[in-house]
Amino acid sequence: MSSNFGSMPLRYRISIDREQCMECGRCVENCPYGVFRWDGNRILINSRNCTACHRCLTYCPRDAIMLQEHPCDYRSHPVWTRSVRESIYNQARTGKIILAGMGSVANLPIIFDHLMLDACQVTTPPTDPLREPVELRTYLGKKPAKLEFTQKPNGDVELSTELTPNLMLETPIMLGHMSYGALSLNAHVAMARAAKETGTYMGTGEGGLHPGLYPYQDRMIVQVASGRFGVNVDYLERGAAIELKLGQGAKPGIGGHLPGEKVSADVSRTRMIPQGSDAISPAPHHDIYGIEDLPQLVNSIKEATEYKKPIFAKIAAVNNNAENVAAVARSGVDAIAIDGFRGGTGAAPRVFRDHVGIPIEVAISTADQELRKQGLRNEVSIIACGSIRESTDVIKAIALGADAVYIGTAALIAMGCRVCGNCYQGLCSWGIATQRPDLVARLDPDVASKQIANLIHAWTLEITELMGAAGINSIESLRGNRDRLRGYMLDEGLLEILDVKSVGA
Amino acid sequence: MCGIFGVMDKRRQMMDGSGIRDALSMMNERGSGEGAGYVAYGIYPDYQDCYALHIFFDRACESRAAVEAMLEQWGTIECGEAIPTYDQPNLKANCAPWRYFFRPDASLAPGSASPEKDVIANLVMQINAGTTGAEVVSSGKNVGVFKASGWPEDVANYYRIEDYEGYIWLAHNRYATSCPEQWERPDPFNLHDWSVVENGKTTTYGANRRYVESFGYTCSTGTDSEVIAYLIDLLTRKHGLAIDLAIRALAPPYWDEIDRMPEAEQKLNRALRFAYGSATMNGPFTVVAANPDMMVGFTDRGKLRPMVVGECGDRLYIASEETAIRAMEPCVESIVRPAAGEPVIGRVAP
Ligand code: SF4
Ligand code: SF4
Repeated sequence: MSSNFGSMPLRYRISIDREQCMECGRCVENCPYGVFRWDGNRILINSRNCTACHRCLTYCPRDAIMLQEHPCDYRSHPVWTRSVRESIYNQARTGKIILAGMGSVANLPIIFDHLMLDACQVTTPPTDPLREPVELRTYLGKKPAKLEFTQKPNGDVELSTELTPNLMLETPIMLGHMSYGALSLNAHVAMARAAKETGTYMGTGEGGLHPGLYPYQDRMIVQVASGRFGVNVDYLERGAAIELKLGQGAKPGIGGHLPGEKVSADVSRTRMIPQGSDAISPAPHHDIYGIEDLPQLVNSIKEATEYKKPIFAKIAAVNNNAENVAAVARSGVDAIAIDGFRGGTGAAPRVFRDHVGIPIEVAISTADQELRKQGLRNEVSIIACGSIRESTDVIKAIALGADAVYIGTAALIAMGCRVCGNCYQGLCSWGIATQRPDLVARLDPDVASKQIANLIHAWTLEITELMGAAGINSIESLRGNRDRLRGYMLDEGLLEILDVKSVGA
Repeated sequence: MCGIFGVMDKRRQMMDGSGIRDALSMMNERGSGEGAGYVAYGIYPDYQDCYALHIFFDRACESRAAVEAMLEQWGTIECGEAIPTYDQPNLKANCAPWRYFFRPDASLAPGSASPEKDVIANLVMQINAGTTGAEVVSSGKNVGVFKASGWPEDVANYYRIEDYEGYIWLAHNRYATSCPEQWERPDPFNLHDWSVVENGKTTTYGANRRYVESFGYTCSTGTDSEVIAYLIDLLTRKHGLAIDLAIRALAPPYWDEIDRMPEAEQKLNRALRFAYGSATMNGPFTVVAANPDMMVGFTDRGKLRPMVVGECGDRLYIASEETAIRAMEPCVESIVRPAAGEPVIGRVAP
């Protein structure tokens, strides 16, 4: 149906400096969105299709291409902002829910940036990581609350407590769940290799496990989501751990949707669904309609895998997060991943992405507090996720009470993603969020895995240095050590919730 | 900085406090003259079945009335009196040290394996965290803590420490970094059986405190030694760990070392780190702790603070400096400096 709006102002303008341009046509080849086309021997531009993916800019040998965001101004207005007006035009035209890609764009303060780290000065010496060990090794899973011993006839005591299976990580950074289907196989292979190289783990997401990843299966956490795509006992047995996805920070309370265009032959086989059909994950698991159903699911998966693998659960951080976490902790799972409201996604309704949920910093803090209060902290490890951007976010999340983190978007960016937010179009020019073979081929798994491994390695080094400066030589001594954080320009209520003192205190 | 000193006689032969005072004063370079303290085991033979509560009162009358009411509620006061003190020109008293010999009512902690100690622990937490203006500084049987703000010799003379005889003594020479005026701040810290002196400053105070508080302890002074005393009580009394394992939980070996251990030992050490990750102390420290049956010393696994161990006849010494040991035992037979992470455990003969 047409509307009376005409065309909207351009989101991005692409321009070519004709003086510089040598008409090599690399931009035409590289832009999957059809912004450039040949007209005789001249390159024409349709800026309206541009997603700001930067592919053309990076491949132009003459730096002739320039991109400008919002080249056309609206009359500025503090209430009726550009995005408010454009959403209304959009919905007045279509009558539909607006979908958006990547994480929240809400312009809210990031708590991590208002938490300052501590360093040792005169009363305690810093640890020099070059000379003394600083241990980042992390175990995820249940820990005993206390140990039991038996006395042997010769008088020696022997440990009788049996430890349940834990995952051993060389660094507290894992690669979070992003499905094959949403991402390309090359992206998945790159992440899996990086996980293996850096001694950590990667989540499969809810899209099943492609045979191309079997060589790395001991580094994979296989996910079971409400769509149950690709789930059978073989899948469960291949994973190093199994994660039940109960919620997602970018869209708490709703399910997922992989558009049919992304369901290629390979994706259809891996997900066990017909090719080209939309893959819909319902909002709830159809066998979990109350918390008491969760232990049944956990137990059946434990039975199926003979109690050999840790079971994780992932929930979105919402208001009564502490209670949710305590409820899940009682279900028998070994770790809980908490996804904050800034968590990434291929596509989510804009209103959910930008308005539902709570920040990960608060969620971790309240979860850790509540679990300790209820004597459940040893029952589960806590994994923080949802916009972990740099090594300091990792260290702050752990100081607030997390055991480890999942990174998602940061890993994509390490492979070349420009956070253009158009993953749902399936045309990712970097070969990451697409199934189109020519685009997938753009991502060399060897190169991309090295880049992700470099990122994890670099963060690990930074964490080591920061811990050393704080005089802490093992990661468990950082965990929940909120004393080593100070809040800068956070209000009193928030400081109290975070259980962090103000700077100067 | 800070200087610490501990001596134990394996056959429970008594030592009066004068030698300990001299040993501690020998380390005045490590202190700032703003805090010192002593604890001795065996000093109250006449009341050995009672818990001796040493309490500092801010306001002698009201505070005392409130505390005594609380004690009556939880047991019986056998005797209550001011701790004898002798004014010193360099000491400015800002509280009144008092002692009670107290019998807790075990029936008030039903279901506990050590009900009397639970009652005592609860009382100590309640009084110290409360606003009665009272601070319990020691609470064990036949043991007492004597401390104040000042140089070791002044503090010792204030209490006439030479009038007390004990078979285990710990002492602490404080280099103050906060609240120099508060008499309860210097080590030793004590909770019934256990007393602790520390040289150091852990970087894990917050994590350790959160851990121990989740088991019902309340830390009210913000000092390491308070948390350490509670951790040792939790691990040994409530979790039933032998002292060597408790020390290993607090200062565990590195994972690399654990990986190289034989299978069973690996399992044990991994289990300890799994269970007690939040109790692990990090940063520089040397701790000397004692209960009626033993004296132990241990350091952080990098040994960033000194620990010297001396032996002579029935006596075991642990100190920050050799000179302190020699001040009390000029002809000490052996002096060793244990490697990082190597604890010293001395037991009194049964
Ligand atoms: S979509 Fe990407 S490749 Fe195409 S013009 Fe825009 S920035 Fe360039
Ligand atoms: S993965 Fe690709 S499509 Fe998605 S935001 Fe990044 S660059 Fe854009």
